[in-house]
Formats: sequence, C-alpha cells, structure tokens
Amino acid sequence: MLSVTRVMGAETEFGISQPGRPRANPMRDSARVIDAYAGPRGLKSAQSFWDFDTESPLADARGFIMNEAQAHISQLTHLPQAQPDAQYLANVVLENGARYYVDHAHPEYSSPETLTPRDVVLWDRAGDVVALRSVEALAGGEEPVNLYKNNTDSKGASYGAHENYLVDRSVDFDELAACLIPFFATRQILCGAGRVGIGASGEEPGYQISSRADFFETEIGLETTLRRPIVNTRDEPHADPLLYRRLHVIIGDATMAEPATLVRFGATSLVLGLIEAGQCPRIELADPVAALQQVSHDLSLSAPLELADGSHMTAVEIQRMYWQAAAEAVGASADEDTAEVIEMWDRFLTDLAEDPMRLAGEIDWIAKLQLLTGYQQRESLPWNHPKLALIDVQYHDVRPSKGLFYKLEAAGRIRRFTTDAQVSHAVENPPEDTRAYLRGRVVEKFTDALVSASWDSLVFTTGGERHVRVPMKYPLKGTKSLVGEIVESAGSVGELLKSLGITTLEDSSPAVHRDRNEV
Amino acid sequence: MSGQEQIRHHRKDGAEPPEETPVAPQAQTQISTEAVDSILDDIDSVLETNAEEFVRNFVQKGGQ
Repeated sequence: MLSVTRVMGAETEFGISQPGRPRANPMRDSARVIDAYAGPRGLKSAQSFWDFDTESPLADARGFIMNEAQAHISQLTHLPQAQPDAQYLANVVLENGARYYVDHAHPEYSSPETLTPRDVVLWDRAGDVVALRSVEALAGGEEPVNLYKNNTDSKGASYGAHENYLVDRSVDFDELAACLIPFFATRQILCGAGRVGIGASGEEPGYQISSRADFFETEIGLETTLRRPIVNTRDEPHADPLLYRRLHVIIGDATMAEPATLVRFGATSLVLGLIEAGQCPRIELADPVAALQQVSHDLSLSAPLELADGSHMTAVEIQRMYWQAAAEAVGASADEDTAEVIEMWDRFLTDLAEDPMRLAGEIDWIAKLQLLTGYQQRESLPWNHPKLALIDVQYHDVRPSKGLFYKLEAAGRIRRFTTDAQVSHAVENPPEDTRAYLRGRVVEKFTDALVSASWDSLVFTTGGERHVRVPMKYPLKGTKSLVGEIVESAGSVGELLKSLGITTLEDSSPAVHRDRNEV
Repeated sequence: MSGQEQIRHHRKDGAEPPEETPVAPQAQTQISTEAVDSILDDIDSVLETNAEEFVRNFVQKGGQ
C-alpha cells in the first residue's frame, strides 16, 4: 500500500541583505545571523561543531566519486577550511534537531528529519521563525540584516530550497532519474514560488511560475551551484548506505504557502513510492530542460511539451498521469496523511486546468501573481517596473510586519494548517518519530558535553581528551519511543551513554566508533 | 560583488523567446480584485520606500 510517510527534510538558504549596504560581506553577515540566534540561547556556534567526518558530497549516485581536484571549490562542503572566508562558517545544531549554518554566503536552515508532509510543513516553518528571530536580534544594532525566503536576486544569482527524501537503496538510480525528470520538470505548477522577470538575470520583462527554472542547465549531475541538474546525483545518504540513499532534490522553489509545501513534499514522496514499487508511469520528454523552462514561462498552462516519441502533453496532463498512478496504488484505505495529499494534488490539478486563480490561497506563484496583477492594474505599471520587482522580493521577507506573504496569510487570503503555538513549539522541540528526537534533546540537555554533531552522529566529551562518537545511521531510531525515557532520566552524559549501551574502551583512540551499538 | 555566480540561461531549442508580454492565464480576467483589495490598499505603507534603490541593492551571491 503506497503511503506518503517517508523520512524527509527541507533546506532553506535565505537571501540576505543589509539595508542600504549592498557591498556588505554576505559570509560575515550570514555568520552574524547564525550567532545572533545561537548566542542568547546558549547554543554552540563554531565551524568545528559540525562533524564533517561522515560527509561525502563528491560521492555520485551513478557509482563513482568525483576527484577533489576536479571539483569546484563550492562542492568541497566537507572541507570547510577550503572555503573562502572560512572563519565565517558558523554551524549550530538547534534544540529541534535542525542544522542552522552558513552555506555559500547564505544562512541555511536544514529542518530535522520528519515523516509526514504535515510535519515537514511544521518544521520548515519553524525555520522561518528561527530566521525571523535572528533578524529581530540584529535589528536594534548598527548593521541590521534582513532575510528573504526566496531563490534569486534576478541578477544572475540563485540559491536553493532543497528537499531530502530517504529512498530504498535497491532502486536503480537511472530508473529513479528517468521517472523523476518529467515529474520535476512539471511539478512547479503545483509549488512554484513565482518570479518577476524571465531569464537568469530577469532580462526579459514578465512573470514566470518557477523562481529556479531559468538556472537549470542539465538533466542529471553532481553539482548544485553550477551546471545545475534537474536530478542531483549526490550520494551522501547520512544513513546506512547499504539500505538507503538520500535523494537530494535541488530543483524546488522555497514555498511559503503551507498547502504548496505540503503538496510539494507529499506528491514527491508518493512518486518515489511508485518508483520503489516499480509502478511509476513512464513518460520521456524530448528535451527536459527546455520543457522545464517552457512550463515556467507559460502562465496559460497550455504549452504542449514534446515527448521523445514526438507526441505532446501539457504539464497538467503529465502531472495527472503521476497522480492517477499514485491514487491507484494508494487504494481506498489510505492513511490520513496520504489521503490528504492525494486529495489536494487532485484538486490542484483540476483547478489548474479550469481556473488557476482559484488556488490563489494555496500556491505561492498564483498568490503572488494575483497580488502583482492587482497592483499593476491599479498603477498601470509595466512588468519591468521596480515596484513589481520589489513586491516580488518583499513577498518573501521573513518579517510578518513587512513580508507580503504574511500579510496575505494574516488577512485569511492564504490557507494555513499550523498555528503560531505549534510553530513555536517546533522551534524548540524535535519531531518525536525520527533520530532528530535524540539529536534535539541532547542539544537541549547536554550541550556542554557535545563536541560536535551531524545528521548521523553525536560526538561527546566525557572529560579530558576522550571523545565518544555515537553513530546514528538509522533515521528511524533515536526516537522518543525508543530512547525518550533514557534521555529524560539521564543525569549526566556518562549515564546517557551507559543507558544507550555505549561503552568505551579504556585505551582506544579518542574517537571510538561503535557501529554495532546503533541508537 | 566579486565572484558572484553569473549563470546565464541559454535557450537550447533556439525557439522564440516567450511572448514579450506574457499572457496571463485566461482565468485572470476573473480575478476578483476585491479579494486582494484590502491588501492593495495597505501595500504602499508596507513596501520599502525606494523601490528602485531596494531592487538595485538586492544583490546575492549564488548558492546551491
């Protein structure tokens, strides 16, 4: 039975700006943002706090490892000293199990691992609050910084809003990529964030569905900062590599509207389930990158996309094929989360075909378009007017007092699932049903003894030079039901390690690997 | 800003660029401007004061 449940997470690289100071160093400001959040909360913020020993960004899912000498410096994320401005590479692990750090001149919030689209929405939104609190902490000082949950400056630069999905390792990667490419080329109609301007530098006036489409150049590849591919092959599972791969999706837009985020993750999880079950519809686009951009530039949603066999389908028709297959595989007795995604994906496709404006309360590209065209009609402005470019950027301002998305949402124009109280709770607390629980609770309770952490490890000091690395290669372990009592009752790190069954050898090297004692 | 990522999008298919003034969805004529009227009434007080300067200064380094 196909279900939407899967280990998933969202990454947001925030646009960063010092008002009136375009030449401010964005690496420095990003580090200031992270520190402004971490400092008052007693969270450790240092480059060395992330445990890079388990990272392998150059491993390619197609079965090889890129030579470091051939890699662009921006790909060497596991060698932070190699990065320019290395002194600004702040790294924080939050009480909710998320990572908050400086990545490529942007502050990035990587959400903790969650299992359902509803939980992705909640902990992704918690990241927006973390960003807001960072901005607020710097607001009174001499160099205030503003953050934008968007993806481009429309001057040629783009930054990502990545998604991560745990996928069965036994799925053939070429099959995975072939099934995903038509899905990703067309998924933007459901969850594009919208953008004023056509072309990477916005050189042509107009509006398009996706903020990222014009920055993609190839179908499959390892890079994320150049020659961006529709399917990214980074093979860094942050989990047992014999069982899992982590699909690192770089093509999405940063969604703010919760319904769009829900469908973005939910529909993708279902398509991955179809692929794992060998039930994914096979569609082959003649030119996927061209189709991606064609869809983004076609607000009428009627562009006929050429398939490899010479026939044509629209983006809505292609999405409908994936939906159909998912709905059949889900069957009649779906769990609540799965049924919700199937219903919303269905309704989105129906409305997109009949009257996209019905979705102005659910999908960012439509909400933003409605706002822009309303303003445009009032003021008689052409698409290349700076006011429209401003509205485009300010839609994504993380401050509810300035962000136009928040204005729309607060006015009841955009549907919301979460409450402020739930989001505040998710800022301070981890999901309970993944290993993020153990990570977050340890940060909360034993920060002093934590030397470093990563997605799949915690490294403790137990006094002196001795470090103990606790591997966490299994995302479904370290949950509240498995370790909750142990963590809550442990009075010290020594007790915690003992209760977790981690024992150290007296004369071993400082870092002790205990792969057999996974928690 | 030096080192700024400059990735130009090259149209592969050699096809015509999209229409000069992209056609909004048919449905757009049916937009109830009323639906966003209260927001639009308020928007100028929320928007950054100098749009041109703000947009010019919104320069990002490329990311992932």
